[in-house]
Amino acid sequence: MLYYTLKRLGLAGLVALTVSFISFGLLYISSDPAIAMAGETASDADIEAIRQLYGFDRPILVQYFDWLQRAMSGDLGKSYYFRTDVSALIAERLSTTMTLGVSAITFAIVLSVPLGVAAAIRPNSVIDRIALFLSVMGQALPSFWFALMLIVFLSVTFRLLPTSGSDTWQHFIMPTIVLGYYAAPAIMRLTRTGMLEVLSTDYIRTARAKGLRPRVVLFKHALRNAVIPVVSLTAVQFGFMLGGSIVVETIFALHGAGFLAWESITRNDLPTVQGLILVFSLFYIVLTFFADLLNAWLDPRIRIN
Amino acid sequence: MSDRVLHVENLTVDIPLATGILHAVDGVNLHVDRGETLCIVGESGCGKSLTSLALMDLLPTKATRKIKKLELGGESILGYSEREMSDVRGNKMGMIFQEPMTSLNPAFTIGNQMIETLRRHRNLSNDAASELAKRMLEKVGITAAGQRLGQYPHQLSGGLRQRVMIAMTLLCEPELIIADEPTTALDVTIQAQILLLLKELQSEFDMGLVLITHDLGVVARIATRVAVMYAGQIVEEGTAKQIFENPLHPYTRGLMRCIPVPGKTKRGTPLGSIPGMVPSLIGDFTGCRFADRCELAGDVCRQSDVPLRDPNGKTQAYRCIHSIEMLAKGGVA
Repeated sequence: MLYYTLKRLGLAGLVALTVSFISFGLLYISSDPAIAMAGETASDADIEAIRQLYGFDRPILVQYFDWLQRAMSGDLGKSYYFRTDVSALIAERLSTTMTLGVSAITFAIVLSVPLGVAAAIRPNSVIDRIALFLSVMGQALPSFWFALMLIVFLSVTFRLLPTSGSDTWQHFIMPTIVLGYYAAPAIMRLTRTGMLEVLSTDYIRTARAKGLRPRVVLFKHALRNAVIPVVSLTAVQFGFMLGGSIVVETIFALHGAGFLAWESITRNDLPTVQGLILVFSLFYIVLTFFADLLNAWLDPRIRIN
Repeated sequence: MSDRVLHVENLTVDIPLATGILHAVDGVNLHVDRGETLCIVGESGCGKSLTSLALMDLLPTKATRKIKKLELGGESILGYSEREMSDVRGNKMGMIFQEPMTSLNPAFTIGNQMIETLRRHRNLSNDAASELAKRMLEKVGITAAGQRLGQYPHQLSGGLRQRVMIAMTLLCEPELIIADEPTTALDVTIQAQILLLLKELQSEFDMGLVLITHDLGVVARIATRVAVMYAGQIVEEGTAKQIFENPLHPYTRGLMRCIPVPGKTKRGTPLGSIPGMVPSLIGDFTGCRFADRCELAGDVCRQSDVPLRDPNGKTQAYRCIHSIEMLAKGGVA
């Protein structure tokens, strides 16, 4: 297990390094950063001054390592728009995004795993049909439309929940449902498929032939093997929620990192975009790493050779 | 307690398919005594595996089982609920499967899987169960048993895994063990070891053993009695000696011609084979199921179902309309 962990850790580090290089490069692929900083009306002399002030005239690798060194110590530069530190800006927005992401993935898991298991136990039963219906709906409904419908019914008609903002926990209920429901279908279908496959294996037959109780066969012997692919998928979905919940954050005016990303892209605020890309990518890397560790714990064939 | 461990009367397994009902097992009667090994022989698809699963009440959900009598150790377990059956499985009757590579759960250690079986049926502490599991692993010839308990199935070879399966099945000292092709997936030298082991353990624990196989070599080694299955029915039943030395049913005789006998089979002469194919068992079937492949078959054979009969009362029963004398002269053999 130690060897496996170290190997994964090394891989994660390499991926992080690659990602950092790409996100650094983005600044230069899109445009000349000096021109972007100086603004449209700046003279050539102003641009040149900025270029020298920020060191954009140095070789790109030098700039990269300089940037990397600063990024490692938490300095991601200054936002063109806010004129404040990007890292502080992101940190401030991240708590909202994290709250939403964690509650949404929890909602998705709590909804889809039990439903997927129930559907697999009795294929083609009523519950299987309901699960299928729910997952097709979740996949087909655009989240902005679903969000608006929730606002119309829960906020406007019944006045149960606040429409937008992030002041209380009640503000997070509708965004959680929308974002969680969007992620649920894939998790549910994968749980169902995995469970169906595992239930037809020889070792499940052995477990029954040993006289084990159905609940032990199901939850000990079957579920543990069936959730292995689900873990990897959930990690990816969770990463997506942390980075890609722009639509949901915008509709509910939750000022999270996704919303910040959208704002910064429209404003050409490259350092902020760069910082966000780096942070989101690191999230994915960390999540994948933990998903791999969890899978290794679940499946000894991964951890012991 | 009587010596009869297993008594089965009129077992039928039907599987509904899109094209009709598949009569996979049709009116099978079986009995096994303590210390006895009954081999059920037949080719793939003859219903032998379904028969064994039906005895355990572990048939796939779409298959329906009808059975007139099912007694284990003199006690009828026919009306048992699923819960009562689960008390019997792994406890009074155990099963060993064909695929040792996939029959153990990859996510749990050998010890975990053995201990859970013991603790399901016996009121034991974890330590006591672990100690028993270790002793059982030693009994089936596994060295460093204590260490093996902490290992996962993928760390063991196929032969070792089958030994583990056997040990696990024996934990609660069942009266009956059903082994469905336990050696088919193993290489030949390991096959012989596993068979020998089964034989030894059977006499040590004084169990009844039902061994399902298509391998007549295995039968010759281990069987006390033999039931030959063809197309869902038992076509001949008798002691191993009777079946090997004096097979009656044309199908059994055909099978025997397929195996070379040292000193008897001449070099260069082709081994026997049975022409034709197994009939489809979907829908109703009247008459002898072997008729289309049998040289002795006539119109009479196809007109009505043939019962299993034992005209001389010598415990050798066969399912053919022809007399023993006629068969002994044999168009087939």
